[in-house]
This record gives sequence, structure tokens and C-alpha cells, in this order.
Amino acid sequence: MSKGRFGEHGGQYIPETLMNEIHRLEEAYEHYKNDPEFVKELDTLNREYAGRPSLLYYAEKMTRDLGGAKIYFKREDLNHTGSHKINNVLGQVLLAKKMGKTRVIAETGAGQHGVATATAAALLDMECEVYMGKEDTIRQALNVYRMELLGTKVHPVESGTATLKDAVNACMREWTARVDDTLYVLGSVMGPHPFPTMVGDFQSIISKEARAQILEKEGRLPDVVMACVGGGSNAIGSFREFIPDKEVKLIGCEAAGEGVDTDRTAATMAVGTKGIFHGMKSYFCQNEYGQIAPVYSISAGLDYPGVGPEHAYLRDIGRAEYVPVTDEEAVQAFEYIAKTEGIIAAIESSHAVAHLMKIAPEMGKDQIIICTLSGRGDKDVAAIARYRGIDLHE
Amino acid sequence: MSKIKNAFDGKKAFIAFLTAGDPTLEKTEEFVLEMERAGAALIELGIPFTDPIADGPVIQEANLRSLSAGCTTDKIFEMVERLRKKTQIPLVFLTYLNTVYKYGYERFLNRCRETGMDGLIIPDLPYEEQEELKPIAAKYDVDVITMIAPTSHERIKSVARDAGGFIYVVSSMGVTGERAEITTDVGEIVETIRTVTDVPTAIGFGINTKEQVHKYSGLSDGVIVGSAIVKIIGKYGADAGEKLYEYVHEMVSGLAE
Repeated sequence: MSKGRFGEHGGQYIPETLMNEIHRLEEAYEHYKNDPEFVKELDTLNREYAGRPSLLYYAEKMTRDLGGAKIYFKREDLNHTGSHKINNVLGQVLLAKKMGKTRVIAETGAGQHGVATATAAALLDMECEVYMGKEDTIRQALNVYRMELLGTKVHPVESGTATLKDAVNACMREWTARVDDTLYVLGSVMGPHPFPTMVGDFQSIISKEARAQILEKEGRLPDVVMACVGGGSNAIGSFREFIPDKEVKLIGCEAAGEGVDTDRTAATMAVGTKGIFHGMKSYFCQNEYGQIAPVYSISAGLDYPGVGPEHAYLRDIGRAEYVPVTDEEAVQAFEYIAKTEGIIAAIESSHAVAHLMKIAPEMGKDQIIICTLSGRGDKDVAAIARYRGIDLHE
Repeated sequence: MSKIKNAFDGKKAFIAFLTAGDPTLEKTEEFVLEMERAGAALIELGIPFTDPIADGPVIQEANLRSLSAGCTTDKIFEMVERLRKKTQIPLVFLTYLNTVYKYGYERFLNRCRETGMDGLIIPDLPYEEQEELKPIAAKYDVDVITMIAPTSHERIKSVARDAGGFIYVVSSMGVTGERAEITTDVGEIVETIRTVTDVPTAIGFGINTKEQVHKYSGLSDGVIVGSAIVKIIGKYGADAGEKLYEYVHEMVSGLAE
């Protein structure tokens, strides 16, 4: 089997046209991740520009209200650009620059990765083009304008289901057409090797900080670490440093949409089967002939028919557990955390909060949960209002 | 030995691609026979996939038309069975790995042999990942056809050395689709391939005119035309048979000696 495997998952299932380029990327990443100057530059960007470290916030009111485990939120929503996506793009765009690239392209679902890439490209003087499903450009119109403000060209993708997976298709097609000066800055722990490993490495700063922060605050490790999972980058980032700590339970919360027993769902771990798509072997929502299923979630960021290969492996070996959360549960959590803690969390992150609301009361008062808030929810306010029947448009 | 070598037997090969099930499988059967009658030496049957990442808009749309009309892998195998009663033209599938993986490698290749398919082209199965499929394909006498791209450079020799059936030389960067001009030095790629193997080469991606057919068949052992054919099917639908005959006949007349 080829490189970049997590058990049987992962690999490099991409057209021949991209193979040399992906090998160059692999070599560049292997070199620069150990290059003191690169490490220092990235660290400076993370601290001085993105605002790291992010807070590990003790949610005292929710802890009291839910009446069980002590709840901490890892506040990736407070990063510059409002989500964890900045951790990855600063790394990748800096790497692209070191490789002598002058242009980056990226896919985006909710727009968070697109905005983050556009931001890093503006800062580091790279040309940037973002591909976004037509559906999503409508759902997240403000983010489209944000990217344009940052000097990025946004291409609405109308093919297929016109959502995140089609944006990934469009990026892969564009990358095969123009590799010399361009790096495809993938937004999640998915795609061909080295992306799942590299994106996971850049995101693991979340758990590096969280582990040190909880040891300082509580003098011990948490009982549960949880995060939402679409492709799964904030979850891998939240899990990585805790993987060797067997006593820490890892929970990924995926988007069930209208329910896993309906066909309006994006819960890959719950309803998917093994497949090979977008450059990787992993789990995918698909039919018996391997046709990729149209998926649905209220959250554009979790509306993806696959999951990163490292998650597939963590599930196969039983190290992490994956649970589906419906639109309705996520919206209730979105409202609850706003009223209780004064935090407007992204609808993606609200999926994790919803599951936290189920498990925290069942746990003892001496137990600890760390839940990652992957992004802020300003972008979702209008959509949630409409979900609740209020005629509000951006 | 598969029938693929017959396509290149003492002459340049015109290879025609069409998406199976577009607009119906009955029509696919008819179109294959029409194109054979017009002089095509080998037919690539596309098994439709929802997300064909190596294809341009023309073939993407054909994939969706076929899937919307209810085409499935099983129905395609049944169509091939019927087709094989009428023709012995070399036939290969072009599809994405997930359709083969999900069907089951063993089961898929067994069906290939039963129905009389000769080869398999999978754009998202590069050389490094072929190990999981090749031994099974060999067991069922099905060739896994390798692609070589303008960016392959130092990979050409190792990739070509292990090739079977024919070698698909990708003429251009990007996805499938007609191109007015091809800028890659494909002649040089073919020369490099010939230093390591006698397996025939065919050039594809972008070819759609008689002049291009002449030029690129002169540089290699054959040419592959896809999007231009699929476009005719897209335009004329069920009535495309005669137009396909005319188009392929015209292109075949451009083949180099």
C-alpha cells in the first residue's frame, strides 16, 4: 500500500497529472515542518496575527445548569477570522510561499475556510481563488462578499449538488489544469496524502494548547474531548494530543440533518460505507454502486458526504466514538449556549454542544469535558432566524 | 491475452469514448455498433459516476444524464453481454475507482471476464495505488490501462514499464474536453515510453478534429476521442447514431498510415 495510511484508510487516489506535484508537496512539508525558521514564522503568525493561544473557557453557568460534568470550551471561535480554519491556512499558505508558489486555490462550504484562505493570501501576498457551491454562496452570501473584500475571486460551482463536495471537485479539476504556480489549500483532514496528515498537524495546536491548559487549571486530564465533524479538521486538531491518553474519551459529532433514518442527512459514520473518493479511502455516503449520495445538513460546513481517513481509522480501532446530531438539536444548542453563556457559536460547533447537553448531566460533578467551539456563529444568525420562521435576510 | 492488441494490429487505432446509458443503454449498444462500422478500433465505455473529477463539463453532464435515466453498473454489464453477441471489437471501461471498489474488485473483474470486457481505465488510480487492483485484474485477464500525463516526467519509465493493454497518453493539463490547440510535447513522451516498452500508446484529451487525429496518430499508435462524441450524443440524443457514424468515419479517414 502507498504512503499516508491510517490503517487501510487514506492513500493517494488522484489523477497521474497531480502525482509529481503531490510528491513535491509531501517533500516540502517533510522538510519545512522541521525547519526552525518555518516553525518560528508560523508560531509568530499564530500568536501575533491569529491571536493564539485560544482560551480554554470554564462554562460555569452551563455546568451548573446541566448539573453534571465540569464543562470547558476551547474557544477557536475567538481566533482571527472566527474559526479554527486559520490554524491550517497560515501553515499551508506559508508553505506554498516557501515552495515558490504565487497562487492558492481553496474549496469552501460555510465560507470559513474560504475566508481564512483569502485572509492568509492577502497577508502573505498570494493570488487566491475560492470555489464554493452555488447553494452555499446563497446560504452564506456575507462570506462571499468578505472573501471579495480580501481580494479573492469566488467561483460559484453549479455542477452536481452545488455544495461542498462539488467545490472540492472543482478545485481538483482546477489544480490539474494549473499546478506549476498553484497550491490547492485543502480545508480539512481529507484528500490525498499528505493533506490529512499535514492539515491534522497544523490543527493539532488546538489539543496541544488544550492539554496544557487543562493540566494547569485542573491538574488532570479531561474525561471527554469532543468536537463537531464534517471532514473533521477541528476534531482531529482537538483529539490528536489526547490520542495516547487512553483514559480520555474522544467524541466526534456529525450532522444528522433531518435524521439518520431519512435521506436528508450528512452523518457519514452513521450511514456511510467504505469507499474511495476525493483522493482517499475512507467512509462515504454512497449507494450500492458507489455513487456519492446527495447529503444534507443545516450546516454548510458539515454538509459533506465523507470524513477524513484518520477519523475512519480512529473509529475502526474504537479509539473515538462518532454520534449523529440533528438540525433541530443543533439549533436548540445554538440558542441555549447563546442564552446561557452569551456565546454565539457556529451552527457546526453547535452540533458538538448539542451532544454535550445530552452527556454532561449523565456524568459526575468530578468529571471534565472539553468541547471545541470551532467557530463563531455570526454567519449563521440569519439562517437560524429563518429556520425558526422569522423572515430575516442578510 | 486480451483483444486490445487487435485494435493496434498493423494500423493506427481510432479509439472512441462514450458514456454508457446516455441517453439509454439500448442506444449505447447501437452507438457502439455504428462507431465500429465507421472504423473505430476500440471502444471505451464510461461507467457513469456522480463526481467525475478528471472530466470536463461535457462528460460530467453525460454522466448525470445517464445516472438520472437509471443506469447502473449491473445494467451496463447486461448491455455488454448483449453487445458481445454482435461484435468482438475490443472494449474497455473508463470509470472512477469507487464504482469498482464498491462493487467489489473480485466481483467486478469476474463480471468483466464473463461479459467480455478487455480492460479498465481508472483516472483516479495512479501507478502507486494499482497494487490493490492489478493482481485481481490479471487473474481475470483484464488489462489495467495506465495513464501518463504531461507532468509525469521522470515517472514515465517506471509507469510505462508495468503497463498492459495500451498506454493512455494524456495530451494536456486539466480535464477532458475539446481543445483548439495542444501545447504539450507528446511526441517526446511517446519516445520515452518506447524506450522501455512495446505496449501501444494512444493519445487523448482535447482531440476533436481530423487534423489533430492525423497529427497525433502520426506520433503514436492511436488517438482517443471522447468529449466530441459525447457532445454529439448530448445534442442529438436517441437520434445520434447516424451523426456518430459520419463523425467517426470522417475522423478515421484522418488516421496516419
